Amino acid sequence: MSSETQKILTTDGIPLEVSLKRSERKNKIKAFLLVAPLLLFLIITYIFPIGSMLTRSIDDKMVTEMLPKTYKAMEKWDGKELPSEEVFEAFYFDFKNLVEEKREGKLSTQLNYTKNGFKSIIKKLRRKSKSFEEGNYKEQIMAVHKRWANVEYWRAIQRRAPAYTGQKYLKGLDMYKNESGEIVSVDEDRRIHRVLWLRTLEIAFFVTLFCFLMAYPIAHLLATLPMKYSNLLMICVLLPFWTSLLVRTASWMILLQQQGMVNDFFVWIGLVGDDSRPEMMFNKTGSYVAMTQILLPFMVLPLYSVMKTISPSLMRAGKSLGGTPLVAFWKVYFPLTIPGIGAGCLLVFILAIGYYITPALVGGASGTLISNQIAFHMKSTLDWSFASAMGLMLLTGVLAIYWVYNKIVGVDNIKLG
Amino acid sequence: MALPKHTEIHYRIWHYIYLTICASVFFFLIAPLFVIFPLSFNAEMFLSFSEGMLRLDPDAFSTRWYKDMIYGTKNPWGLAARNSFIIAIFATIGSVLLGTVAALGLSSRHMPYKGLIMAVLISPMIVPLIISGVAIFFFMAKAGLAATHTGIVLAHIILGTPFVVITVTATLSGFDHSVTRAAASLGSHPINTFMKITLPLILPGVISGGLFAFVTSFDEVVVVLFLAGLENTTIPIQMWTGLREQLSPTILAVATCLIILSTLMLVTAELLRRRSERLRGINR
Repeated sequence: MSSETQKILTTDGIPLEVSLKRSERKNKIKAFLLVAPLLLFLIITYIFPIGSMLTRSIDDKMVTEMLPKTYKAMEKWDGKELPSEEVFEAFYFDFKNLVEEKREGKLSTQLNYTKNGFKSIIKKLRRKSKSFEEGNYKEQIMAVHKRWANVEYWRAIQRRAPAYTGQKYLKGLDMYKNESGEIVSVDEDRRIHRVLWLRTLEIAFFVTLFCFLMAYPIAHLLATLPMKYSNLLMICVLLPFWTSLLVRTASWMILLQQQGMVNDFFVWIGLVGDDSRPEMMFNKTGSYVAMTQILLPFMVLPLYSVMKTISPSLMRAGKSLGGTPLVAFWKVYFPLTIPGIGAGCLLVFILAIGYYITPALVGGASGTLISNQIAFHMKSTLDWSFASAMGLMLLTGVLAIYWVYNKIVGVDNIKLG
Repeated sequence: MALPKHTEIHYRIWHYIYLTICASVFFFLIAPLFVIFPLSFNAEMFLSFSEGMLRLDPDAFSTRWYKDMIYGTKNPWGLAARNSFIIAIFATIGSVLLGTVAALGLSSRHMPYKGLIMAVLISPMIVPLIISGVAIFFFMAKAGLAATHTGIVLAHIILGTPFVVITVTATLSGFDHSVTRAAASLGSHPINTFMKITLPLILPGVISGGLFAFVTSFDEVVVVLFLAGLENTTIPIQMWTGLREQLSPTILAVATCLIILSTLMLVTAELLRRRSERLRGINR
């Protein structure tokens, strides 16, 4: 008997193995087709635009495209002495084109970012260049203003040659590339972004800590109380969770204002005098208090769902073996809740690190986070490439934490309500 | 929670300290919401309790801010409420359709690259809203959908689908697939099977996912701030503007209405969750 005949055949004469594989593949395609609409929708409207933030943040083609001849001529220039007549000539013709298209203003803004002082000399060059004679452009341009004869300014133009730059990322970390191409930090008193990054981390860390300290006891109470009481108390956790973020922030604005109830209470118990009511809003305190209350349910729910599964007999066993309640708690109960602690802490931390609305309303100047800075550049300065760069830096951090979260808890285990 | 009679005194004390801590945390969680309610009936312009209110003097209370909210001439709440509801309803429908279908595919054991695809599908929930806002704004601006209802609805579908995907996959995890096979063996068309068998069983999950999507859209402000023009103003945008400029008691009247709405949603979601657990035979 040959091996051919031993194969099991289906009724249509196809070997079973082949038939099974075929149906398996069919099922795979079916499952994938169900997911495809949403996947495609998200890739086009969401994932792809996030990717485009990357190109936007490093894109520096503007100057490169405005001065094509200049950069071609500059290839041979070593950057030590003033460039040759050839470069000046190329620059003159590039510039003439820009003036004809009325784009020289954009060039001056861009070059001014790289080095201060370009604005006025480009304006002057535009005026004078109308009466330029043919030939010997080096002399003529240098005669417009003494800065045009300064090699530093030509080096600044050369630095803008690459079509891509990491400059916005450096700016987000308060660093820049100096004339000789080294990466250095800006002066101490101008380091606004580093302060913001550190403050964002600090606030996210402490909000997570406060949430944990408050959520642990009540999650334990909810998990150990009989159903009929715990259901009622659960509403206290879920109602804030379902209530509009702005409503909750508004109530904190009422409570924390100087004539607000919290201050009234402090005065009433004699903690502070009526004339020295502390500012609790528009500073860090405001951000801490409001964010902790708003994010607390996100800590309670994962803790609760883990604690619910821990059998109370374990604690009793611990006690019966001679442990004091404290030892039993620390050696038996606490280690069992660690998955819940990890889940809750990472969830709250991820949410806190990207918080925008609440800090913007109650945080004032000292309580705002990196998100507020991103929004500021999107809406006020319109420096979208810088906003993109900072957004991506924040996103990288969040994804790193998310990756850890996924390793510890798994995305599938996220529970809602 | 009563303690056994033989409990030693210091454990007894510790137990009461523990209960006090819990009570104060619950107070911290829930009290801020209840502050808004009485203050919205304040007859004065102030945002703190007047002496009359503390004496429970009926003259100190009034519904003028509610009247102002509804009939106020310069108040944008009418337009905002209409926009909010229209946007939230369409965003919910979109999220539920896309999310449920995707969840059905994801729950199939034949699904390839499950982890990776799941990560992509729920990424709008993980990525900080401000970044989503920037990215979605770039897309909508390019597509010419900035400052349109369509643009905002699409943005809210992006933000709402993860909730539907998560709740429906959770419901499907306890789903007995042999019932659909039974239906198929009895000659039912797959679509018929889905409508008559699968859908009724996973409906609680679908509805609670839809509720989440609705709340997400109804409460969303960061992305709308980037996308909305004057015509597309929503309740959260108006609250945001109001809170930034000046806190007027009218905002508290709106806030009270929102709290009532969220209470209704919470109750619905809870009832659905319990029903779903009963249907799937999970007893806790």
